[in-house]
Amino acid sequence: MRIDCEHVWDHISAYIDGDVDAALRADINKHLETCEICSAVLDSTRNVVVLIADGRVFELPTGFSDRLHKRLEPVLQPNGK
Amino acid sequence: MTKAPNAEFEADCIRRILAGEHQLFHELIRPCERAIYFLLISILHNEADAEDAAQETAIKVFRNLQLFRGDSQFKTWVLSIARNEGLGRLRKTDRLREDSLDALTGEDSGDFTPAVLTSWREIPADALEKKELAGLLREAIEGLPDIYRNAVLLRDIEEMDVNETATALGITEGSVKVRLHRARALLQRKLAHKLKAFAPKRGLFGRGK
Repeated sequence: MRIDCEHVWDHISAYIDGDVDAALRADINKHLETCEICSAVLDSTRNVVVLIADGRVFELPTGFSDRLHKRLEPVLQPNGK
Repeated sequence: MTKAPNAEFEADCIRRILAGEHQLFHELIRPCERAIYFLLISILHNEADAEDAAQETAIKVFRNLQLFRGDSQFKTWVLSIARNEGLGRLRKTDRLREDSLDALTGEDSGDFTPAVLTSWREIPADALEKKELAGLLREAIEGLPDIYRNAVLLRDIEEMDVNETATALGITEGSVKVRLHRARALLQRKLAHKLKAFAPKRGLFGRGK
């Protein structure tokens, strides 16, 4: 089946996650072969997903973990409340 | 349901903590700290509040540990406690506008068409050494509507699966997918043109000085 760009965009996230059925995947792949816009949209979306997963983007505040465990300490005492 | 690779460690830890080895709780909660904090900052939008709520969450997890049944992953259960803690605080300060309003605001508002490009060269993760790039990504995520940000945070940043994300957020798997799709579309639209500046400069297409 021939599908248009908007149809591809609707499924980009599912496509990246491998969550589209074989028939739709084949239609999308066929479309991507000849559509440089959708290819670039797919590549850029996938790249954004990869980049934001990097631990350097979101870092915990300095000392967060120490303060958390310090606060837990009295709670964890045998008679802690 | 697939078990997390550390499910056995968790189950053993929980058993021993409940039997009195309370100090083990430090190790049990440690792998969840990041997700707790980022989910809470996504709900509360304030570092100090998120940190305090994260500490409260950890305490509640400890005190309610006997209630964990193991029918979801431990982290998922912890995150649903974090979410309740966050939403409870919003309710108190009357800032609640997220989940309870979902039904009213609908999920169809907004334009989710992508930024149209004709070519894309991958930005390598190395580029994150540049603080500016990480800042751009953070800013874009922080600018997302709450319901989309939470979905992208758990799925793409904490890398939880659809089922676990749905359980933690108290929504259906279908909603997770829709929200994630929209979040990614909004991020692509906001970021694609800006990120191009971080593409490696090389060869024929390079735009070296």
